Amino acid sequence: MAKSIDVSDLDIYYGDFLAVEGVTIPIRARSVTAFIGPSGCGKSTFLRSLNRMHEVIPGARVEGKVLIDGQDLYGADIDPVAVRRQIGMVFQRPNPFPTMSIYDNVLAGSKLNSKRMKKADADVIVERSLRASNLWVEVKDRLGKPGSSLSGGQQQRLCIARAVAVEPQVLLMDEPCSALDPISTSAIEDLIHELKEQYTIVIVTHNMQQAARVSEETAFFNLAGVGKPGRLVEVGQTTKIFSNPDEEATEAYIQGRFG
Amino acid sequence: MSVDTSPRTTGPSGLGDGPSLKQPSLPRRTGTFTAVAAVLLALGFRALGFGWVPAVFLAWLVVVIVVPLWSTSVEGSRKAIDRLVTILVTSAFALAMVPLAQIMYTVVSNGASVMGIDFFTFSMRNVIGEGGGIYHAIWGTLLITLATTVMSVPIGVFTAIYLVEYGANNRLSGWIRFLVDVMTGIPSIVAGLFAYALFVVFFGPGVRMGFAGAVALAVLMIPVVVRSVEEMLKLVPNELREASYALGVPKWRTIVKVVLPTALAGIVTGVTLAIARVIGETAPLLITVGVSDSVNFNIFDGRMATLPVFAFNSIQSPGFPPGPSIDRAWGAALVLMIIVMLLNLVARLVSYVFSPKGER
Repeated sequence: MAKSIDVSDLDIYYGDFLAVEGVTIPIRARSVTAFIGPSGCGKSTFLRSLNRMHEVIPGARVEGKVLIDGQDLYGADIDPVAVRRQIGMVFQRPNPFPTMSIYDNVLAGSKLNSKRMKKADADVIVERSLRASNLWVEVKDRLGKPGSSLSGGQQQRLCIARAVAVEPQVLLMDEPCSALDPISTSAIEDLIHELKEQYTIVIVTHNMQQAARVSEETAFFNLAGVGKPGRLVEVGQTTKIFSNPDEEATEAYIQGRFG
Repeated sequence: MSVDTSPRTTGPSGLGDGPSLKQPSLPRRTGTFTAVAAVLLALGFRALGFGWVPAVFLAWLVVVIVVPLWSTSVEGSRKAIDRLVTILVTSAFALAMVPLAQIMYTVVSNGASVMGIDFFTFSMRNVIGEGGGIYHAIWGTLLITLATTVMSVPIGVFTAIYLVEYGANNRLSGWIRFLVDVMTGIPSIVAGLFAYALFVVFFGPGVRMGFAGAVALAVLMIPVVVRSVEEMLKLVPNELREASYALGVPKWRTIVKVVLPTALAGIVTGVTLAIARVIGETAPLLITVGVSDSVNFNIFDGRMATLPVFAFNSIQSPGFPPGPSIDRAWGAALVLMIIVMLLNLVARLVSYVFSPKGER
């Protein structure tokens, strides 16, 4: 059920401003691909263009091709809503719906779309999703409590459970651990290891160790210069990028000699 | 690597060499003391033969001068300025409360005398002099305000949704915002004349009906609803919208199921304030709905009585003897105030029940 993504020569604009230029990258199915690079180099922008969340921002548009298992994501007859149902996303800051309970938050994908389901089926999905995100044991006795009553780390795992509950084919994660303590981070990394059996995972991270720990492939983004668009410098096997990258800039960034 | 855990030695006293953090200050209850002193001073000046207003003003002046001087001599200028500004802000608040308290006192003391079962269950039909009630006016006000709300809330909320969710700074939304601002400033009499002129086109000159009044009030209410709902929708974090989009939820469902519920408490409060704004309008209702002594439940036919117009008319043409009629006017004003207060209470309750759980 996981799908591969092929991006070729993608330019991403905010209005007239070219934010990311000429990205060509293959993303393999059932593996974890990490995006690293300095702040403001377009990692998140590029990630958001992979499920058409980018165009939620007024004036934002892309040029180029993104193929999901051969289908052009930006084709004329593609429905962005259908795309987002298959390509889930976890954001940098946990954003559970404040009006919903923990239980309803997990089911938000179907509840918001007014899908009817039997209580028993719903219970199964909630338990499976919360177990998948390592949250079940902590919340199983208070599923009716509001989602915002959880701690930050728990909220983030709740958001992952919510994304997993709709069974997407690809899971995009935008710095999912940047606001979390080491224990929650470790729980989420364990989760990523489990999820990659079934999903294609793309993760943006500022944490080199995390990229090295969780990913099979790593892509390094950088700015071409001050005021110039971000670009993909290098992509390859994580072990290779971290031990013997082709580009000098990659090595400098990974060793902390950047800027 | 070993960590140095021995205590740092910074000076012979162990407190460091820098300036001391301790500072002299006025006694802790200086604020309360100041307030009590101000009241006593005002009473003192009054006893010396000043009028109430000069007495209070002189007492205030003494406090404003003495407390900062005292503070400067003990605590230094920063805290003195803090105390001065605290006194200014507090007295501004007290000054703003004076008219409110005065109005409440006047209305309650004048209006309480006519309160009774009869006052709420009788209309003014065939009543001359004493007796009679405002049953007809209460119904008129409630029905017309309800019709106004039913018209204004959907239009206002939908406009606000367009402005925030769809119009995102395009030219049309700029124009709508501008026109709504202009509408906010329309004098109520103009709204009344507009509604009257509109209904004359359909029903001929001399038309009087509750619905025309509701249209006039809607003209006044819609801009208030639009602005308050717009502010509330803007407060909903974009992250929630994105979270919903990322789950493959279409935009309209996101608005209906995520944005509106999250903003519901604020929307209800805004609508209640808008109702409070129009429920006391007199001029447009006088033109469009007219005056009536009888109960009329049909807002589409004929004159109706409303509380503000009833109060106006009872004062304006009290008949003879004028006493009972003027008492009834105060009673109507009191009932109107109570209705607005009840509405605010209901709104508070609704906001409390619907506000996002866990953030109370």
